[in-house]
Amino acid sequence: MIEVNELEKRFGALHVLRGLDLTMGSGRVTAVVGPNGAGKTTLIKIILGLTRADSGSVRIDGKPIEADDDYRSRIGYMPQIGRFPENLSALDLMALLRELRGSDGPVDEELVERLRLADELHKPIRTLSGGTRQKVNAVLTFLFRPEILILDEPTVGLDPISSGIVKDKILAERGAGNTVVLTSHIMSDLEELADDVAFLADGRIGYAGTLFDLKRITRQNNLERAVAAMMTWGKAA
Amino acid sequence: MSTTMKVARYEGSNVLRSRWMLVYTLFFLTASYGLLRFAGSGNKALLSLMSVVLFLVPLVTVVYGTVYLYSAREFTELLLAQPVKRWQLFTGLYLGLTVPLSLGLAAGVSLPFMMYGFDEPALAGTLAVLVLAGVALTSVFTAFAFLIALRYDDRLRGLGAAIGLWLVLSLLYDGLVLFLVAAFGDYPLERAVLGLTLANPVDLARVMLLLRFDISALMGYTGAVFQRFFGGVEGATLAAMMLGLWISAPVALGLRAFRRKDF
Repeated sequence: MIEVNELEKRFGALHVLRGLDLTMGSGRVTAVVGPNGAGKTTLIKIILGLTRADSGSVRIDGKPIEADDDYRSRIGYMPQIGRFPENLSALDLMALLRELRGSDGPVDEELVERLRLADELHKPIRTLSGGTRQKVNAVLTFLFRPEILILDEPTVGLDPISSGIVKDKILAERGAGNTVVLTSHIMSDLEELADDVAFLADGRIGYAGTLFDLKRITRQNNLERAVAAMMTWGKAA
Repeated sequence: MSTTMKVARYEGSNVLRSRWMLVYTLFFLTASYGLLRFAGSGNKALLSLMSVVLFLVPLVTVVYGTVYLYSAREFTELLLAQPVKRWQLFTGLYLGLTVPLSLGLAAGVSLPFMMYGFDEPALAGTLAVLVLAGVALTSVFTAFAFLIALRYDDRLRGLGAAIGLWLVLSLLYDGLVLFLVAAFGDYPLERAVLGLTLANPVDLARVMLLLRFDISALMGYTGAVFQRFFGGVEGATLAAMMLGLWISAPVALGLRAFRRKDF
C-alpha cells in the first residue's frame, strides 16, 4: 500500500503539486488520470525517488520512503518509453538489474514466453523494433516479482495481442495482492484494468475513489466521458 | 562487487561496443601510425600527435559524453528507480564513460609505437606522459559533459554549451592570453600568465607535455614562462597536480548536481 500525504512540489514558479493526498491499496489497480500538466508524472517520480518533494510524505506499508533506498527493490517501474543502452542485449539488461537489486530468487519470465521474446533476448537493443523494445520494457518490469508496480502508459506502442497479454499480466498481479499504479491516456485500457481512479487537477486530487462511483457521480457510463465531465467541472469551479 | 563497478561494467561494455568508439580508436591508430611512418623520427611524430590529442580529445569527449548522457536519460531514470544510491550510480556512469574513452585513446596512440619500437629510449617516457595527459583530459571533459547534461534539460542547449566550452578552453583562451600579453607588455606579467595557464586544463596538459620535449621555441608564451619558473621535474609535477585538481573539481560538482537533481 502506498500512502501519499500533503505532497507539495514546485519547479521554480510552477506549483505542480499542491497538497496532494492519495492512498493506493494492495490488490487493487489505481489509475492516475488528469489533464496534461496536472502532476501525474511528478507524483510517480516522487514515489520512485527520482524527484524529491518540497514537503509532505510518501509511505509504503507505513514506512517513509526517505528511510532507505531498499524500498525500490520492491517496486517494478515501467517507464513510458523503453530506451535502453543500444549495444547491450535484453539479457545484459536483465543481468544488470538483477545484480543491482541483489535479487537471487526465481524470476518471472512468463512474459518472455507469452510475448515470444526468447529469440530477441540476445540481440543488441539497437536492432530491435520499437514494439519489441516496449515488450522488453514490460518483461523487465515484472521480472523480479515486485509487490508494487508503477506503470507509465504500459500499452503504448504494443500491438493488440501483446497489449492484451500485458493487461492480463497486470490483472494477474492484482489478483496476487500486489499494488498497481497506472497512468494511461487510453481510457478503454483503464476501464478494463482500474479498480480505483485518482483524478488529478492542478496538483490536487479532484476525485479519488472507485471507478464505479466515478461513473455514478458523473452520471456517465464510460470512463472517458466521466473523466471529461470531471475536467469540465474543474474548469467551471 | 560494488554497485559502482556493476554499473561501470555494463555501461562500459555498451560504450566499448559503440561505433563511435571504434571510429575514435581507429582514428588515433591511423594518426599515430601515419605520423610514425612519415615524420622521420619518433620524437617528431609524438610532437605532432600531441597537437592532435590536445585538440581532439577535449572536443570528442565533451561532445560524445553530452550526447551519450542525453540519450541515456531514460535508462538513467530506470536505474535510479532501482535500490541504488545516487553517488554509486553517478560514479558508475562516470567510470563507464571515462574508462572506455581512455582505453580507446591509449590503445590508438600507443599501439603503433609498440609495434615499431622506440628509436630513442626517452621516447617511451614521453609517450607515457602523452597517454596520461590524454587520459587526464578525457577525465576532465567527461566530467564537464555530466555537468552540462545535468544543468540543461534541453539537448540542443547542452550540445551548444559543450561545443562552446571546448571552443573557449581550446582556442579562445590562448588568444586571450596573447592579447593580454600584447596589451600589457610593459608590465611584469609572468605570474598572471602562470595563473592563467593553471586555470585551463588544456593549457596545463600542453605545458606538462612540452616540458618533456624540452623545446621552448614551440612552447608558446605560457609554456616559456612556465619553464622559466619551474624547469623540468617540478613544473611537470605541479602541472600534474593541478590536472588532478581539474579532474576532481568537476567530478565533485557533477556528483553534487546528480544527487540534487529532480529527474
